[in-house]
Amino acid sequence: MTAETGPWLGQSIERVEDVALLSGRGRYFDDLGVRPGTLQAAILRSPHAHAVIKSIDVTAARAAPGVVAVLTGGEVTALSVSLVVGVRAPIQCWPIAVDRVRYVGEPVAVVVAADRYLAEDALELIEVEYDALPAVIDPTAALDSKVLLHDGLKSNVASDRSFRYGDPEAAFASAAHRIAVDIHYPRNSCTPIETYGVVAEYEPGDDSYDVLANFMGPFSLHPVMARSLKVPVNRFRLRTPPDSGGSFGVKQGVFPYVVLIALAARIAGRPVKWVEDRLEHLAASVSATNRVTRLEAAVERDGRITALAYDQIDDVGAHIRAPEPATLYRMLGNLTGAYDIRHMSVRNRVVLTNKTPSGLNRGFGGPQVYYALERLMQRIAVELKHDPLDVIRRNLVPANAFPYRTASGGLLDSGDYPAAVEMAVNDGGLSELRARRDRAHLEGRLYGIGFTAVVEPSVSNMGYVTAVLTADERRKAGPKNGAQATATVAIDPGGGVSVHIASVPQGQGHRTVAAQIAADALGLKPQDIRVISDFDSARDAWSIASGNYSSRFAAAVGGAIHIAAMRIKDKLARGAAAQLNVPADQVEFTGGRARARGNPDNAVPFARLAAASHWAPGTLPEDAHALRETVFWTPPQLTPPTDTDEINASLCHGFIFDFCGVEVDRTTGAVRIDKYVTMHDCGRVLHPGMVAGQITGGFAHALGAAVYEEFAYSPEGAFLSGTFADYLVPTPTEVPAPVILHMETPSPFTPLGAKGVAEGNCMSTPACIANAVADALGIAEIDLPLSPKRLAPFLHKPEPKP
Amino acid sequence: MKPARFDYVRADSLAEVHDVLAAECGEAAVIAGGQSLVPLLSMRMARPKVVLDIMRIPELAGISLDGDTIRVGAAVRQAELLAWSQLKARQPLLALTLPWVGHAQTRARGTVCGSVALADPSAEIPLTLLALRGEVELSTKAGRRRVAAEDFFQGLMSTARADDELIEAIRFPCGRPGEGHAFREFARRHGDFAIVACAAVADGKGVRLAVGGVADRPVARTFAGLGGSMLGQALDAFAHELEAREDLHATAAYRRELVRQLGRQVIEEARRCRA
Repeated sequence: MTAETGPWLGQSIERVEDVALLSGRGRYFDDLGVRPGTLQAAILRSPHAHAVIKSIDVTAARAAPGVVAVLTGGEVTALSVSLVVGVRAPIQCWPIAVDRVRYVGEPVAVVVAADRYLAEDALELIEVEYDALPAVIDPTAALDSKVLLHDGLKSNVASDRSFRYGDPEAAFASAAHRIAVDIHYPRNSCTPIETYGVVAEYEPGDDSYDVLANFMGPFSLHPVMARSLKVPVNRFRLRTPPDSGGSFGVKQGVFPYVVLIALAARIAGRPVKWVEDRLEHLAASVSATNRVTRLEAAVERDGRITALAYDQIDDVGAHIRAPEPATLYRMLGNLTGAYDIRHMSVRNRVVLTNKTPSGLNRGFGGPQVYYALERLMQRIAVELKHDPLDVIRRNLVPANAFPYRTASGGLLDSGDYPAAVEMAVNDGGLSELRARRDRAHLEGRLYGIGFTAVVEPSVSNMGYVTAVLTADERRKAGPKNGAQATATVAIDPGGGVSVHIASVPQGQGHRTVAAQIAADALGLKPQDIRVISDFDSARDAWSIASGNYSSRFAAAVGGAIHIAAMRIKDKLARGAAAQLNVPADQVEFTGGRARARGNPDNAVPFARLAAASHWAPGTLPEDAHALRETVFWTPPQLTPPTDTDEINASLCHGFIFDFCGVEVDRTTGAVRIDKYVTMHDCGRVLHPGMVAGQITGGFAHALGAAVYEEFAYSPEGAFLSGTFADYLVPTPTEVPAPVILHMETPSPFTPLGAKGVAEGNCMSTPACIANAVADALGIAEIDLPLSPKRLAPFLHKPEPKP
Repeated sequence: MKPARFDYVRADSLAEVHDVLAAECGEAAVIAGGQSLVPLLSMRMARPKVVLDIMRIPELAGISLDGDTIRVGAAVRQAELLAWSQLKARQPLLALTLPWVGHAQTRARGTVCGSVALADPSAEIPLTLLALRGEVELSTKAGRRRVAAEDFFQGLMSTARADDELIEAIRFPCGRPGEGHAFREFARRHGDFAIVACAAVADGKGVRLAVGGVADRPVARTFAGLGGSMLGQALDAFAHELEAREDLHATAAYRRELVRQLGRQVIEEARRCRA
């Protein structure tokens, strides 16, 4: 759809990105040229879950044709320091195994050669002598296992913190019922089609590194990489490609390879490029955490929850790799979900096991929490014989309570949860769905209905992960908070407008929305605005909060673009005021012109006005020089954790209410989604088409997590999901189109009223489908993925003896 | 994921294929559609000295009728057979099973004989060949032979083909009047290799049921005129005889249960089609 007139925000205009992408002219990492003489790297990886490296012999590999350098742990530790570890513990995190391997796929050696074929040939010549150790895979077993992953710790528990909000003991003591769920949330990932890529160069003349990588942020990891490479931040230049083949959080995990390949380039004395292959990606890129949760509720007879008690054991894998243990702490302010619950106790443990280190992944921390909370809501309904929808309704944060401070410090910005639920029930056709279920039951089919209500956080507080420290430790470390978003709007000598952003888009369409925002502010058309989004840490405005994560673009970056464009507009208005003979506040910008309000004929073309600051600055008052405005915007609501551990971990909180009908095949155990309805309130919708795309994509990822996908390990630590034949990503055939509904309550905390929207279904959908399957089968405990293998015991009679 | 070094030979004649296969003593890998071999090469799980391309040999192209037999040459892609205008009329079971082979994209490259050569125990084409009592045509420099499907599939990815033999063609018997056919399979996703696949051919004497995905090769059994609980007992015994595999996606017991349930469904359906 091509809209003709503004305002542009709120319209689904054509994406400016798509002409290039759809005609094969995208510029992804591997499409970009490299300097002549660039070498290629290949990585030897551990076949063991846990082993001591007794010796590595690289003599033959170094002598192999085309090989320029071979790196092992020794070379890496000599030239760098450990990556920062996010908890107070005497442990290290290297981008390559040092003396010991701790997961299948951990890098052991890097070969740098003239091409990738020769590099892989040489990998086969490296002789590694391993002394296998027992592995620990199960997070509960890891708590007191004799198998220790890191010598600096007395156990595999890297952090153990307890929190108390309100008076949970009293609430539990006086509760009519105590109802609990025990959850084992599995490992999975969003598997972008483009894998990691790094090309790095070292300049000995000024001891600096120059890296191009498909890193997505957060740029709080930039100083982490620079520190590891032992150079100041301004001598570590990091650039990103113009286009991305997807990230969904996963591209955060390229950062250890940035360090590793940068060191390889330094040792080789030439630029080095590495492209991760799919086998490497599945085994060793990054994974969401798996988590063991016991969640108990104190419940009144009518289903009203008075207190929650969480016990969470988050499995970060073999290393605490930055920004972990953030998965566990992103949700600390939101553990009561969409519900008005004033008392809560929380125990958070971070445990190390012999698995791939965890990191960012769409939904980050939300899926694990909401699976427990929303399964609990269903169990309360079943055990107390209430309608599950009534239990949700009874506990929702009331409509007039916003902004609402949660028990653990989250500040829910806006919403009307009860109204959203009623709208979804009516517009989504719940009564018809119930009739379908009843007919299916009459026909003897296994059919169930599930519900979930979740709050979707977005725009992360850069200080939330410090809640893993005690208040004392935080005081010593100094406060961390905020979320500096940045945008630059510039006027060129032709009077044209450019926008520069550091949001590192990963396919979402940031450039389109940025153009809409600037066009609305300046009375132009989106096609008049050029948006630059490939990023260069040496030239662009950025902060540690820059990057593409926590669904921050629409709310935070979009807001910064708006503010920068409005500053340009105000300056232009002052310049126009003199020419139009009206006060500056009487100048309006529309249709490519600046004109006097109420007198459209008294006007000047935008381009001529805008170019004046270049060509004739002397004709303008100094406060009307409109050349370039860079805005840094951080919301005041993102304060550091309080001394009593309340934390507002995110600026915005969307609301999602889902329900679905599913049928389970009696023979095969296959789960068929009959109908899925998802109601979203993500504040002001900037581009409806993109919002629908985000919801549809998030739903597909969530359906994968719910039914198909798992990074599976044997109890001994063997990795079982090493190809896409075993790690099953749903295809379009398996993903029905959800019914998407909206209501809009703008956020009062963001310049445009927008909130994030990309991650919510990864939080709501797995629990919603599981609730429906549990309803269909009449079972109490159910873990993901809902595979036929897992459901068969509930369907098949015990097998007769042969 | 880059292959180890190999030589590539694009054969222009059958004689050249036979010469290379004889000379390399098992160190040559025939490539046709490449849907299985290329990933195996890239993962270095297959490391042939020579990759021998047979796709430009005229004798290997084409689908032909040889009496009551459909002869499919080694260079015929799965999509070509699926699009063959006489497919449904000549052999209804093939028309039922071929759409389940991979995806449109993989069928556009993968060959019918290549699937037989690989002998994946979950693949639909070997299963169909076995259900229909088809044959495999093998040739060497010295001569040629035909091997019944029953004898050709010998285990997991293991066949009766000798190192110097080329699969020139496979032969599917045409359907006969009075036959009924049925096929069902269960896989996690559309286009995946089957967890259990069942193909049935009913005629006046009984129903021949072939099962894939369960044992280390497709296995067929004839059930003569059984019904009700007798059929149930016979299917149960068959399910246990198959020594079902366990893997990440299904237990052995799960596979046996699907043999019992899907097996009965296709047997009854094939009988109904016949009637």
